[in-house]
Amino acid sequence: MSTIPVTTLTPAAAAARPGRQRALLIEYSMPLAYAVLVAVLAATVDNFFSVANIVGLMLSVAQIGMVACTMMLCLASRDFDLSIGSTIAFAGVLGAMVLERTNSVTLAVVAGLGAGALIGAGNGVLIAYLRVNALIATLATMLMVRGLAFIASKGQAVGINSDAFIDFGDARLAGIPLPVLVCGICFLVFGVLLNHTVFGRNTLAIGGNPEAARLAGVKVEKLRVWIFLLQGLVTGLAGLILASRITSGQPNAAQGFELDVISACVLGGVSLQGGKARIFGVLIGVLIMGTVENVMNLLDVDAFYQYLMRGVILLAAVLLDQLKTRGERRH
Amino acid sequence: MSAYLQFDQVSKHFPGVIALGGVSFEAHAGTVHGLLGENGAGKSTLLKILGGQYRPDGGRLLLGGKEVHFGSSSDAIAAGVAIIHQELQYVPELTVAENVLLGRMPTRFGILDKREAHRLVSERLAKIGVDLDPGARLADLSIAQRQMVEICKAVMQDAQVIAFDEPTSSLSHRETDILFKLVKDLRAEGRTLIYISHRLEELYELCDTCTIFRDGRKVATHPVMAEVPRDRLISDMVGRELSDIYDYRERPHGAERLQVRGLADGCDFTVKGGEVLGFFGLVGAGRSELMRQLYGADARGPGTVLLDGAAVPMGGPSAAIASGIVLCPEDRKEQGILATASVAENINISVRRHDLLGGLFLRHKREAALADEFIARMRIKTPNREQEIRLLSGGNQQKVILARWLAEPGLKVLILDEPTRGIDVGAKNDIYRIIHEVAERGCCVIVVSSELPEVLGISDRVCVMRDGRIVGQLARADADEKAVLQLALPDSTPNDLPRRTA
Repeated sequence: MSTIPVTTLTPAAAAARPGRQRALLIEYSMPLAYAVLVAVLAATVDNFFSVANIVGLMLSVAQIGMVACTMMLCLASRDFDLSIGSTIAFAGVLGAMVLERTNSVTLAVVAGLGAGALIGAGNGVLIAYLRVNALIATLATMLMVRGLAFIASKGQAVGINSDAFIDFGDARLAGIPLPVLVCGICFLVFGVLLNHTVFGRNTLAIGGNPEAARLAGVKVEKLRVWIFLLQGLVTGLAGLILASRITSGQPNAAQGFELDVISACVLGGVSLQGGKARIFGVLIGVLIMGTVENVMNLLDVDAFYQYLMRGVILLAAVLLDQLKTRGERRH
Repeated sequence: MSAYLQFDQVSKHFPGVIALGGVSFEAHAGTVHGLLGENGAGKSTLLKILGGQYRPDGGRLLLGGKEVHFGSSSDAIAAGVAIIHQELQYVPELTVAENVLLGRMPTRFGILDKREAHRLVSERLAKIGVDLDPGARLADLSIAQRQMVEICKAVMQDAQVIAFDEPTSSLSHRETDILFKLVKDLRAEGRTLIYISHRLEELYELCDTCTIFRDGRKVATHPVMAEVPRDRLISDMVGRELSDIYDYRERPHGAERLQVRGLADGCDFTVKGGEVLGFFGLVGAGRSELMRQLYGADARGPGTVLLDGAAVPMGGPSAAIASGIVLCPEDRKEQGILATASVAENINISVRRHDLLGGLFLRHKREAALADEFIARMRIKTPNREQEIRLLSGGNQQKVILARWLAEPGLKVLILDEPTRGIDVGAKNDIYRIIHEVAERGCCVIVVSSELPEVLGISDRVCVMRDGRIVGQLARADADEKAVLQLALPDSTPNDLPRRTA
């Protein structure tokens, strides 16, 4: 192929100088906004900027954070997963039941993770091979899995007595709770996966244009199943951690969890049109969610108003994003 | 005759790019004014300003001597300006009448009056000489028919200025003839028409005057189109002399490398190493379908594909690529580019599987180097490798897709489906050169094209398809326009439009 003559590169118009700072500002607008938020809160809200409170804040969003990592992949590939809340409950219930019968932590964890992975893979097959719309497919599995959780537990919470299992959600390493550590590891692993592997690049490619990606040799169906399988696996893990923290498997746990996770991703700038995702953005999105909730608790804001606030913030973030993309198109 | 439409020193800047640098030209009522230029020369920007999608940074736009300011597309429509875009803008699920009257459907007592709508639209369709059922869904019509609907809409809106942006790029020969007649009728009615096309033959046939753009500036206006020699137009556009844009050179052919048998009825063919095989046929003749089957993009029939004597496994595009068969698809935007990804990503997406750390992790530096190498070698005009590919011109996007496949070390068969559709002369020449270079490496090259001069210009051999079958194969020496068309056209040539295109 070296027979093609090397010709002088005709430089297109040089990259714009004044646009550059603007672009940087746009790119880092969310982290910047978050930094300002934290600074203001640290100065105005008592007890906010204490180690205990910050650790508590992170613990409160640990499950959302880890699942947001895989939801990011899912959204980046232009898909959607509503079944995660139910999967969390089911994995917790199943883990608690296995623990009750066998007293083996290992078996309980394997069962929880396995159930999660299976549900995820099932979603993936439905969507990739049977071509069911992702919203409908995962809405169906959401209902079915929630039903299974209730059936398996006969509608009752399944208590957990195993100290070893409870330690799982309670232990600390250098003062950092284990769930927060696990969440941090998830961000690291999925950050690397997104930015430094073929898997990540192809995920963005099928989100950007599935047909073009297929014709470029990406095995679209297989990749979709893998994305959902990972999503299920991590969700199963989150379910086990939740069960360990509340020392029981609750069939009605984590209702509305999927919306929190998707909110965090959208706050973090993940495009619902697919093809665009930043792990750092998702991290900021998760932290914004956690911080706002934490501060409202510190300020004793009524739970009813908390819903209102969360909605407003989500809307504001999406509008900000709209402004950004409009800027891109217009300038 | 007065100049109905005037651009006076209109300019438009984008960050780092001067899309239009103070352009002035005027178009008279009752004429067709051609706009020529390579992609990125500023024609589309001009059209977007005329259509109200962009606001100019400087200069004035005058209609009938009065200065107008368009804040949006609807302002332009209200002022009597209609743009027939290359990508038609219609609602596929609505009927012809509903599309034409979109937003202005007649009502009776607040309820849509379908009968009145159909009456209005069929009247107008009849007036412009188009035979279409106003109740037909747009999704069921051919691209040409959809275009007629769009033109009918412009006429219904009483547009005095109608601009066509490459209207023939997806039309067959006969459909083009019908369009031309319509354009000439609109001219006779005294409307001001703007016509953009890369096909010089069309411009000579339709246009009274023309203006040529290059790099966002006007190069020349030729008041009498018929008096301008073709070479002059091309050199004006490109800024240099181009002797023969096809650059064909004789080269030795090797043994038969690719054999296609029984994929579809009557579609067997073979390609030798170093050979460029052209596929010509009318729209819907089944060329793209055959190529997509060969590539595994669509399910393949029971036939066999042999490459260098070995059977190519069935298993979708990824299996074809692994065997060395690659495809540059027909619809660049929908099937070729990853629009929001960078140029570098678009080049590396497939070839990176050969060069990974531990079979999993990307090598960012090597990918960057590879991208830079191809950007330089193929003269891809982009500010840098991280530019989103959607912001590049069509010709440069096509070069990126080509780079994606040329980077494949095991490339054996390169299939190009309409490789130069909507691409300017300069980039076309670059692409033809690349095609010949690939053939000289001993690869098989298959080029599907609806442009007859292109097929004849670059091919060593021409396969002609009609109604899903290969109806003839002509060696370069025997392939002339007449022989190929005789094979491609149906035995009887009815005047109506084909019902549907693939």
